[in-house]
Amino acid sequence: MARKTPRVAPSDTALPAAEARGVVRRVVGKYGGHKRAVIQILQDLQEEFRWLAPETLEMTARELGVPLAHVFSVATFYKSFSLEPRGRHLCTVCMGTACHVRGGAAILEHFERKLGIRAGETSSGREYTLERVNCLGACALAPLVVVDGRYHGQMNEAKSNTVLKPVLAGDEPPEGSDEEPGG
Amino acid sequence: MKQVRAHLLVCSGTGCVSCGAFALKEALDKEIVRRGLQDEILVVATGCNGFCERGPILIVHPDNIFYQRLTAADVPHLVEEHLLKGRPVAKHMYIPPTGKEPVPCMSDIDFFKHQRLIVLRNRGRIDPEKAEEYIAYDGYAALGKALTSMAPEAIIAEISAAGLRGRGGAGFPTGKKWEFCRRETASPKYIICNGDEGDPGAFMDRSVLEADPHAVIEGMVIGAKAIGAAKGFIYIRDEYPLAVSRMSIALGQARDLGLLGENILGTGFDFDLEIVRGAGAFVSGEETALIASIEGQRAFPRQRPPYPAQRGLWGKPTVINNVETWANVPSIIQRGAAWFSGLGTATSKGTKIFSLVGKIRNTGLVEVPMGIRLHDIIFGIGGGIPGGREFKAVQIGGPSGGCIPKELLDLPVDYESLTQAGAMMGSGGMIVMDEDTCMVDIALYFLRFTEEESCGKCSPCRIGTRQMAEILARITAGRGTLEDLTKLEALALTVKQGSLCGLGQTVPNPVLSTLRYFRDEYLAHIVDRTCPARVCKNLITYVIDPEKCVGCLLCLKNCPVDAIAGENKKVHVIDQAACIKCGACFNVCPAKIQAVLKITGDKGRES
Repeated sequence: MARKTPRVAPSDTALPAAEARGVVRRVVGKYGGHKRAVIQILQDLQEEFRWLAPETLEMTARELGVPLAHVFSVATFYKSFSLEPRGRHLCTVCMGTACHVRGGAAILEHFERKLGIRAGETSSGREYTLERVNCLGACALAPLVVVDGRYHGQMNEAKSNTVLKPVLAGDEPPEGSDEEPGG
Repeated sequence: MKQVRAHLLVCSGTGCVSCGAFALKEALDKEIVRRGLQDEILVVATGCNGFCERGPILIVHPDNIFYQRLTAADVPHLVEEHLLKGRPVAKHMYIPPTGKEPVPCMSDIDFFKHQRLIVLRNRGRIDPEKAEEYIAYDGYAALGKALTSMAPEAIIAEISAAGLRGRGGAGFPTGKKWEFCRRETASPKYIICNGDEGDPGAFMDRSVLEADPHAVIEGMVIGAKAIGAAKGFIYIRDEYPLAVSRMSIALGQARDLGLLGENILGTGFDFDLEIVRGAGAFVSGEETALIASIEGQRAFPRQRPPYPAQRGLWGKPTVINNVETWANVPSIIQRGAAWFSGLGTATSKGTKIFSLVGKIRNTGLVEVPMGIRLHDIIFGIGGGIPGGREFKAVQIGGPSGGCIPKELLDLPVDYESLTQAGAMMGSGGMIVMDEDTCMVDIALYFLRFTEEESCGKCSPCRIGTRQMAEILARITAGRGTLEDLTKLEALALTVKQGSLCGLGQTVPNPVLSTLRYFRDEYLAHIVDRTCPARVCKNLITYVIDPEKCVGCLLCLKNCPVDAIAGENKKVHVIDQAACIKCGACFNVCPAKIQAVLKITGDKGRES
């Protein structure tokens, strides 16, 4: 079971509430207000806000006319939803079987040491988030990491350091980093 | 279509793209224009070629020359030599591990030579974002045949006669599933494509969706006609953004061409498809859980029967098949059941795609006839184990599958033989392991995976996986007892018998199969407190051999916890109390020195 305790964090939506409501309304409208589309709606909202704030979930429930408990049950069940704000940079380490037999666990530990956070955490200043993923289906590149949407294959400690340099230096994430896979 | 003298096919699967395929294509486009060749040569971005290990890959047609690991910098020379002077460039060709001579032709490379392509027939040769290219290779011909000259019963009879079985894992006969659904009187009926490829180590469905989305659409429209459905869904994993984007493009094209939507091909048949993105839950690959997910619920599996064919999506009759199964349908309709069933074994017909990954030379996707021996896949196509290491086992079937040892390498690959051996076909992930892979650690890896992914509905699965993982963790830490093995076996049985869905019923397989074939490794961990593969951290020690150390400071500088003491040209020493066993020193010590040793057992503990 995807264990994620929804911590009620202070709202971090950069937008004022009225504008956020506008976004929620637009997204819900895009799916015709269908209750069955709740997963797709939450995905789109997460793309907009980078995470799902409690207020976002409340607005979604109201717009869809479903109990808040239902929206929460879906948001906490599926792993791709983040109920906490993510950092500006997103580092994902693949933990698929192919990556595992080629030393993926050591790469994750290296990332944890370099970034000073554990998998699933965000740095205190929300500079970066470290996540693990079960398999990205690019097993030929094992062990694999994705930093700001770019895939980096056949990782080792030295390559990790290079990849992490801009993250640790606080550089801006590259253009179009949400589009993947980037070349 | 414009006639050109050569096609440059740049693989644009996820693997090649992440090694720079788009930059390569851009460089090729530019160079072609710079040389004024734009009217004679066409650069095409194709779907996944399969030989992902060698990306970025370029194939030059019509010569069928295979170039590997190209960068943008190689382009000017390559274009000048091959396309202007007609001299293929040997240094970018594939050199087999056993030989020295490059192999220019793709079809001569061992990796491709032994494959038999049905589902992947268009891989690396068409642009997946252009319906015309799919059509040029007989695409949608089967749809035309099915819609204009076949009754629904005849379509189902053809699929049944072909002996097609579900490629998602369980291997249920596809024709039978369709037949059950057709017979139901309730309406509307739905069809679903299961593209929630969650098995770690398997990526054939991603590849098919990315490389040949129209084959899936065509298969689904034929299926819809057969069972009488007007609406279908393609459920794609959230982790596959490229697959989602290619499929959306393909759906749009199919609608524009009258191959989808209302009055398909003017036959009066209406059917449309919608993409639903998954949201990262392994259990949603289970058919009833996937249906719940499309309905906008949590992905909890439910009791079967009733099967989805009777009561599925919104309680209506539903056929749900996996990506690879749907992609097989057009070929069967077009070429006939007899042709398809001519391939394979008595019970398993046609081909199966495997993703060959892990400790293997030629990593990638392979499509082979059913019944091929494991040995032929791993050594014939895969080229064996790299680095002079020994083959130990191959894990087949993901978290529901098992590990097959060396002794069974002659096993013919089909549904029944794999299940008998304690593994299963699963979606077709094949993870090759060598002597540096610890089998107890692998069992722990899978149990940790399923512990996390169990939806929590059935207590035997929810609690049992956790208990098994804890016992395995104890064993890998060197604190296991012989009684733990009995407990593991008892728990495995309870979870198998007491779980509702296919996930729970199969999760103990990785434990059971490793206990069956690699019991001695468990015993080594428990009795001798050693890890023969030198993987389990609690049981290994890193030491520096004073005879070999040249005092180069390399390990010292790379140690993340400053546990190594030493000076330039003086022997370095690891402080065992501070060492976190990350292996950084072992990895950086130059191959010709090899002063850092990884040892297990009492010898390590004494030092």
